Amino acid sequence: MKFPRITQFMAFFMSIWVAGAVFAQAEPDEPVKWQLNMTPGVTATSANAYDAHMIMLWVCIIIGILVFGAMAYAMIKFRHSKGAVSDTDFVHSTKLELIWTIVPILILIGSAYPATKMVMAQYGADYGAEKDEMVIKVTGYQWMWRYEYIGEGVDFISRLDRKSDEMRQNKATSQADIDGYKTYLRDVDKPLVIPADTRIRFVITSDDVIHSWWVPALGWKQDAIPGIVNDAWTKVSEPGIYRGVCAELCGKDHGFMPIVVQVLPKAEYQAWLAAQKPAPVVEVAPALAPAEPVAAPEAGTEAPIATPEVAPAT
Amino acid sequence: MADHKQSFFERWFHSTNHKDIGTLYLLFALFMFFLGGSMAMVIRAELFQPGLQLVSPEFFNQMTTTHALLMIFGAVMPAFVGLANWMIPLMIGAPDMALPRMNNWSFWILPFAFTILLMPLILQLLFGIGSGGPAGGWTLYPPLSLQSGTSLSFTIFAIHLMGVSSIMGAINIIATVLNMRAPGMDLLKMPIFVWTWLITAFLLIAVMPVLAGSVTMLLTDKFFGTSFFNAAGGGDPVMFQHIFWFFGHPEVYIMILPAFGIVSEIIPTFARKPLFGYQAMVYATASIAFLSFIVWAHHMFTVGMPLGGELYFMYATMLIAIPTGVKVFNWVTTLWRGSISFETPMLFALGFVVMFTIGGFSGLMLAIVPADFQYHDTYFVVAHFHYVLVTGAVFAIMAGAYYWLPKWTGYMYNETLGKWHFWLSTIFVNLLFFPQHFLGLAGMQRRVPDYNPAFADFNMWSSIGGFGFGLSQLLFVYIVWKSIHGGVKAQARVWPSARGLEWTVPSPAPHHTFEKPPVIKDGDLAHGDVTH
Repeated sequence: MKFPRITQFMAFFMSIWVAGAVFAQAEPDEPVKWQLNMTPGVTATSANAYDAHMIMLWVCIIIGILVFGAMAYAMIKFRHSKGAVSDTDFVHSTKLELIWTIVPILILIGSAYPATKMVMAQYGADYGAEKDEMVIKVTGYQWMWRYEYIGEGVDFISRLDRKSDEMRQNKATSQADIDGYKTYLRDVDKPLVIPADTRIRFVITSDDVIHSWWVPALGWKQDAIPGIVNDAWTKVSEPGIYRGVCAELCGKDHGFMPIVVQVLPKAEYQAWLAAQKPAPVVEVAPALAPAEPVAAPEAGTEAPIATPEVAPAT
Repeated sequence: MADHKQSFFERWFHSTNHKDIGTLYLLFALFMFFLGGSMAMVIRAELFQPGLQLVSPEFFNQMTTTHALLMIFGAVMPAFVGLANWMIPLMIGAPDMALPRMNNWSFWILPFAFTILLMPLILQLLFGIGSGGPAGGWTLYPPLSLQSGTSLSFTIFAIHLMGVSSIMGAINIIATVLNMRAPGMDLLKMPIFVWTWLITAFLLIAVMPVLAGSVTMLLTDKFFGTSFFNAAGGGDPVMFQHIFWFFGHPEVYIMILPAFGIVSEIIPTFARKPLFGYQAMVYATASIAFLSFIVWAHHMFTVGMPLGGELYFMYATMLIAIPTGVKVFNWVTTLWRGSISFETPMLFALGFVVMFTIGGFSGLMLAIVPADFQYHDTYFVVAHFHYVLVTGAVFAIMAGAYYWLPKWTGYMYNETLGKWHFWLSTIFVNLLFFPQHFLGLAGMQRRVPDYNPAFADFNMWSSIGGFGFGLSQLLFVYIVWKSIHGGVKAQARVWPSARGLEWTVPSPAPHHTFEKPPVIKDGDLAHGDVTH
C-alpha cells in the first residue's frame, strides 16, 4: 500500500535531481526551485557531508524497500477478506531475531567507518600536516556578522542588503517583486572576501546570543556562542560566490542575517585586501573600510567578553 | 463504594475515578491539540508564500515556541497519560489507579499550568499588555530566552507545574503496575502497552526534575543575578544545552514508547495473531529507554564539541537503530502469516509503522556527524521530528482512540468516516512534512518567517498539506462526538480477535470495574505465556 508511493517518490526524486544538477551549473551552489537534494559543495568537507548523506540515504532506501516490501506483501497476501487463516504458532524465532539484530549492527559499523574518517578529517587532520594560512574572526550580532582579518587590520560588518531589507518590511511588496529578486534575503551589503586555494581558519564567537555560521557550500555550520570561541576551517579552490545563513534561532531577525562569501583568486584577493586597509600613514586608524562606513554602533566597540586571543597563524 | 448520584461538578472536578480522569486527560489533550494546531496554521499561513504577509517575525517566533510547548506538554503527553489512566487498570485487572486522589491532582494542575503558559500571549493579543509569549524556541536556549520579558517567568512556572503533574502521573502508574495487578498477571504476561508505560514512567521520574533544575537556573539567571549560563559572569551557555537535552532526549522517548505499546496492542488484534517476539519487544523498549540517557549531545553536534564527544555521541545514537529495528521487524513479522483486516485502528497503526520508520530513517541520517553539519537546524530536522511525533506519536494516539473508543462510549464509531479520517490525514500529513526534507537539504534553515523564492513551491505544498491535515482532524471530533451520542451498540469484546482483560468487561466499561480481582485465564490475555 505504501510501497508504490515510495517507489514513485524515488523515480521523481532521481529525475528532478538530475535535471537540477544540469540547471545548477549556472549558479553552482544556490538553491534552485524544486531542488530535492543536498549539493556536494566546493570543499573537501562539503563533499564528505554529501557522501555521508548519500551513503545513509541509500542505506535507508534499501532497508525501506525490504521492510515496506515485506509489509506490503503481507498486507496483500494475508488478508482476512481473502480467507487467510492466521498461523498463531508463528510468534517467536530465535534465528530471525538474531539475524535482524546482527545484520543491522554490521550495517551500522559499515556506515560508522566512513563517517568517522570524515569527522576526523574535519577535526584531526587540520592540526597536523597542513597549516592555517590566515585567520578570520567571525562574530555574530543581532542581526549581522562581523569579520575581522586577524593581523591585517581589516574589520567590517556584513548585514542583509538594503533591497531585501526594504522589501521584507514593505507590506506593498508583491509576490512578483520577490520572485523577480533572485537573491531575496540571500545577499549582504559587504560580503566576506577570501582567497582561493588558501587554508583559512575561522574563529567564531558571538557578542549577544547564540548564532550559527553556515555556508552550505563549505560543508559545515559552527555555533557562534558568547564567551566561547569555536573554530573551523575551510579551503576553497573554486572562485565564486557562496551564500549561507544564520542557522541558530537568535531572535526576531534570525531569518534576516545572511552570509555571503566571495572567493577570489589569490592575486585579486591581495588587491582587494590592500584596498580595504587604512592608509599606511595613519598608525591607528579605525578598523573599518573607509570606502563604506558602517553605521552599526557595535562595529566600533570591542566585545569585552567575546574577544579571543588568537594569534595569526603566519 | 458509595454509588450515590454525583453532580456534574462532583463527578468531573472531585473525581478520583481512573476512567473519568482518563476522559478528562484525553479531552484536555484534544483541546490542546487544536490550540497548538491552530498556531501551526498561523505558521504555515505565513510560510505559504515568501515575504512577510500576516504576522511579525516576533509573533512568528512566539507561535513556533508556543506550538511546540503545547503539542509536547499539552497534547501528546496528556493524551498518553489519559490512555494509561483509562486502560492500565482495565488491562491488569485493577479496580483503579493506586493513588486516586493524586491522580485527580495531577490532572487538575494541567489546566492551570497551561493557562499560566498562555497568559503572556493572551494578555498581549487581547489587551496589548506586555510583549507577548515566549519567543526563544521551546528549547529555551540562553542567552536568547533571557532576552524575553516577564513571559519567561510564566513559561518556567508553567513548566514546573507540568513537571509536577508528569511526575505524579508517573508515580501513580508505577505504583499501580507494580502493586495492583490481578493475581496471575505476571510481569511477563502484561500487555505491551502496560510495559511501555511502566518504562516511560521511570523515564519521566528521571528527567522531569532535570528539566525543572535547568529552567530554575534560567530563572535565577534572569531575575536573581546568578550566572549559570551567562558567560560574562563565568557561566556557560552550552551547559544549559547539555542539561536541557539530558532531559530532552529521554523526553522524545517518553512521547514514543507508549505509542509503541498502543501499536503492539492493535496489530495483533487485526492480524489475528499474537505479537511476534513479545519478550524481545519488552527488552527492546528497555534498551531504547536506557540508550535515551546517553545520546543527548547528538542535538548539539555544532556547538563545538571535541572530536571524541562527536564520535561517542554519533556511535551511541546509531545504536538506537538496533532495538528500534527489532520493534519494526517484530511488527512486520506479526503481520506475516496473519489474517489481516483494515479497520480504522489498524490503518492508523500500519500508517504509524511506515511513517514512523521514515522518521527513524531520517533520524539515523541525522546521527551521522559529517552530514549533520549540514542538516542541523534546517527543515530536514523539522521534517524528521514531525514524522516521529505526528505520524508517529499522534497517529498511534488516534489508533488507540479508535481502538478503545467503543469500550469507552459503548457505541461503535462510524467506520467509513474513520477510514476517511485516516486517508485524509495520511495524504495531507505527507504533503505537509515530506517536502520539508527537500527544503532542508536545499538549505532552508528552521524557525524563519520568510525565505528566498527558490524555496517557495515546496513551502506552498507544505502549507496546503498543513491546512488539509488540520481540517481533517475536525472529522475526528465529529466521529468521537457521534460515537458518544449513539450508534451501533458495542460488544464487550469490541473486536472479536482482541485479547486482554479490558475486553472482558462490558462496553461501555462500568464506572467501577474489577472491584474483585478477576480470575485470569491465560487464553484471555494477549500474551498469556511466559516461556517466550
